[in-house]
Parts: sequence; C-alpha cells; structure tokens
Amino acid sequence: MPGTPQSLARSRPRYGEQVIKAVLMVAALLSVATTVGIVVSLLEPTISFFGEISAVEFFTSTEWGPLFEPPHYGVLPLVSATLITTGIAIVVAVPLGLGAAIYLSEYAKPKVRKFFKPMLEVLAGIPTVVFGFFALTFVTPLLRSIMPFEIEIFNALCAGLVVGFMIIPIVASLSEDAMAAVPNGLREGSYALGASKMTTSLRVVLPAAFSGIVAAVILAISRGVGETMIVFIAGGGQPNFSVDIGKAMQTMAAFIAQAGSGDVPVGTTEYNTIFAVGSLLFVMTFAMNFVSVRLVRRFREVYE
Amino acid sequence: MAILSTPRSAVQLASKGTPVREHVFRTALIASLVVALVFMVALLSYVFVEGWPRLDSRLWENMPSVRNPDIAGAQSAITGTLWVISLTGLFTLPTGIAAAIYLEEYADKTRWYNRVIELNIQNLAGIPSIVYGILGLGIIARTLGLGFSVITASLTLGLLVLPIVIIASREAIRAVPPSIREGSLALGATQWQTISRQVLPASIPGIATGSILALSRAIGEAAPLLMLGAVSFIRFNPDGIFASYTVLPIQIFNWISQSREGFHVLAAAAIVVLLVILLLMNSVAIWLRNRYQKRW
Repeated sequence: MPGTPQSLARSRPRYGEQVIKAVLMVAALLSVATTVGIVVSLLEPTISFFGEISAVEFFTSTEWGPLFEPPHYGVLPLVSATLITTGIAIVVAVPLGLGAAIYLSEYAKPKVRKFFKPMLEVLAGIPTVVFGFFALTFVTPLLRSIMPFEIEIFNALCAGLVVGFMIIPIVASLSEDAMAAVPNGLREGSYALGASKMTTSLRVVLPAAFSGIVAAVILAISRGVGETMIVFIAGGGQPNFSVDIGKAMQTMAAFIAQAGSGDVPVGTTEYNTIFAVGSLLFVMTFAMNFVSVRLVRRFREVYE
Repeated sequence: MAILSTPRSAVQLASKGTPVREHVFRTALIASLVVALVFMVALLSYVFVEGWPRLDSRLWENMPSVRNPDIAGAQSAITGTLWVISLTGLFTLPTGIAAAIYLEEYADKTRWYNRVIELNIQNLAGIPSIVYGILGLGIIARTLGLGFSVITASLTLGLLVLPIVIIASREAIRAVPPSIREGSLALGATQWQTISRQVLPASIPGIATGSILALSRAIGEAAPLLMLGAVSFIRFNPDGIFASYTVLPIQIFNWISQSREGFHVLAAAAIVVLLVILLLMNSVAIWLRNRYQKRW
C-alpha cells in the first residue's frame, strides 16, 4: 500500500536510484546482446552459404577445398581432424588432470595443495600462441626422433598432445573443486568400514563428485574443440580426411583462422564458408558448455 | 571422532600396513601432477634459452622487418598491445563490474530473465575465442563500420573477457557479508549509497584481482585478432583508435610462420617479453589479494 501514511515504504520514488538500476541492468543485458550478436553475425552468411551449397554436400562429402578450383565443400575432413586432435588431447588431459586432482584433493597436505594449485593455474595462463611455438619447434622434432612411425613437420599428434597439456588445468582445477565439495563424513564413513585411502578415493569420493568431474571433462573437450592457435601452428593448414595422426590436418577452428586472415572477398561463397564452419563450431561448443554448466549446477545443489 | 576429522590423521590411519597397490596408486597420482609441471617448466625454459640471444634493446627499439631477422624488433607490436589492452580495460571493466552489481544486488533471481542472463554469461565464458573473431568481423568491423582498427580489436577482446570480469566481480561482491549492507540500510542509506560506499570499497581487491586476470587473458589472445586485420607486418606505432595495429601475440605468430631460424629466435625473445608482462600482472593480482584480503 504505497502512499498511505502507515506504510514504511518511501512515499516519494527516488528517480536517481531507478536510473542507476536501469544503467546497471543495461550492462548485464550487454552479455545477452553479445550472444545475439554472435548468432546474427553467423546466421546471415550461413543461410546464404546453404543457398548455394547443398547441406548434403556440406555434411557428407569428404573433400574440403573451398579456395581450390573447382571448389569442394565437404566439411567432414575438418570435423574428423577436430575430433582426432581433441581425442588425443583428452587422452592426455583426463588421466593426468584427474590424477593431479585426486592427489591435490585427497592426498596432499593443505600447504602442498596451496602451492601446487596456483602452479597449475600458471599453465592455464600461458597464451596459446606460446604453446603453438613450443609444439612446432620443440615437441614435433622430439616426436619425430622418438616415434617409430612417419611424422610430418605439421601433424595432428603433436597438436593434440599440446592441446592436451593446455587443458590439464581445466580438468584438474574443476575436478578438485568437485572432490573438495564432497563432505568429509563420506570419507570418514569409508575409513570406518576399513577401506583404504585408494578405495576411498576411487569408490567413494570419485563417484560422489562424478557429475562435477564430467562437467570438467566436457568443458575441457569444448575448449579443445575450439582451440585455434595451437592446431593452426602445429597441425598445419591441410584439410585431410584420414586417421593418420602423423599427417598434417586442418581443424574447424584452424580453417576459420586461415580463411579469416586471408584476403577473401566479402560476400562470396568462400567468404560465407568461414561463417558456415563457424556456425558448426559454435553449435558444438555451445551445446557442450550448456550441458557442462547444467551438470555443475546440479552437482552443487546436492551438498549445499 | 575428533582425531578422524582431520585428513592428516586419516592418512595415517588408512596407510597403516598398506599393500603395494596403495603406494603405486599414490605414486601414479603424484606422477601425473609432476608430468604436467615438467611440461610447463620445459616450455618456459625452452622459450627462455631459445630467445636469450635476442633479448636486447633491438626488440623494443626496432620495427618489424620481413627481410632481416637481425635488425627486426617488435616496437609496433608492443605499443599496439598497450593501445589495445588499455582500451579493452576502459570498455570491459566498468561494464563488467556494473553487470556484476546488477546481478548480485538488484536482480530478483526468481525472475526468468535474470536467470537467462546468468546462464548466458556462463555459456559465453566457454565460447571459443575464434568465434568472437567472427563476431568482431561481422558486427563490429563491418556492420558498425569500424574497420580493422585498434577500437575493433579492443571491443572484440572486451566482449571476450567480459564474462570473466563479471564472474570474478560477482564472487567478490558476494563475499561481502549481508550484515554490512543491513547496517548501512538500517542507518537510512539508499541501496545505491550502500553499494557505492560500503559494498564496492569492500570488494575492490577481489574485483581488481579478477580484472587483472581477465586483462592478462586478453593480452595473450591471438585467434580473434587474426580475423580482425592484425596480420600483416605493421611498421608504425598506432596513433589513434582508428589506426591499423599489431599486437605481440600476432607478431609472434607472424615470426613463427617464417621458415628462417632467425625469426624463430626472435619469436622466442618476444614470447619472453610477453610472459614477463603476464607474470608481472599475475604477481600484482596475487599481491593485491593477499594485501587487502579481509576477514569478516
């Protein structure tokens, strides 16, 4: 009952306060505008791309060469290269990241954890162009000298490995958070039943933190799928529909970077190709992020 | 029970007379941490050793050159980085902090639109940076007509790190206990007076830490700028917000793409400069956090 003398509410509205609130809300809405902007900037060129190139060719043809004569528009080589490099990255990052997380959460003393967790986060702060340089000039020559099979100068193996190391901190840090959130009572119950440290970690803490860990892994996969500089520098720019990880490959992100940094005339089919691949990349990573955010949320609610 | 509740004694209790597999498991866990750290140390020391011969004043006194790696420097990239990053901060910090204040202090969380904003910010944080390059290209460079300039790069990077600033600032604001707000409101302060004179000053260390980390992410970012015209060798310093530019990560990428060995050494030297800048920023962030951290 605003306005009545008995009310404690302010009888005269404060317009200044309302203005401030509106300004702050506009700032928050800018983030929504960003998403809308991304969708809009992707949509229009993507639609005109599919106006000229059939979706069937795009999704089923195994030849990719939009800048060649005659051009080919089968996206599968880019998708397979993305999946292969991300797959290698996950094989590296999940065991190492999870191992580090279990150690930090279950075994390490607080002092040790306080030292090593920020150390791992330093790894996350290194620019990806630096990882790319290291991959090309150090890791690839090393792989070429120790691996029994043929490895080209640009290859999917090295790119995937280094992406894997780049995403270790994501897996480790988020999984550690999830495991630290498991109540101590569960661990104590397990010890009381005579379980060992290893059994407790693997059979009690890990399952209890499972949705958080899955969320961390999905986020890491999404980061690997979208990673550009490492795969562009170390993976090479050659579309290649093959499973030979010693060969050069081109991922979706690397194609966007390559075509986007060239002088492709605006409005042509080649130009629209950038956006068609961008849309695919956006849809894939957006879906994964969405699932990951949801999982983190659900898992948080369990123990609060 | 009191003994059991501390993890240390739990370790002792659990490890009494443990079989071999317990030790193997523990060793494997430590090994995975060590492998990750060894990789990092190898990366840092390799870059440092490789770049050492070129870590001298030529790097910041000379302009880039395509022909001669001996006289090439990165001056235009260093000034370009300063231009781009200061504008990025100027744009993204006020916006991000304002959004965080709205979400923490004003937003009614039961309303669907506020939940949409929240979920949207979390999703934005995971979108690949190259997609932001497409956004910058399509909307900022072309539709807004800002072209391939310092301002386009700054706005794109600003949008890229905006979610990080918002998430960090929200956490800092949330850490201020409600009793501070209630005390202020009880004395008759309006909501904005409470926020601007009590909540914000108390959360500044946290906000500053998050902001520095967000900006250091932006400094190292190369992928979106590849699409925004920062590709060719730029032999002059930017002289305004509409000028052409290059930045350190792009200059490094350029040198990596050259086949001659001299350019790789140069790339390594420039990487050391970039890493030193990032390390300094990170130390400031850590120092701020430790210096001003309040216990309520």
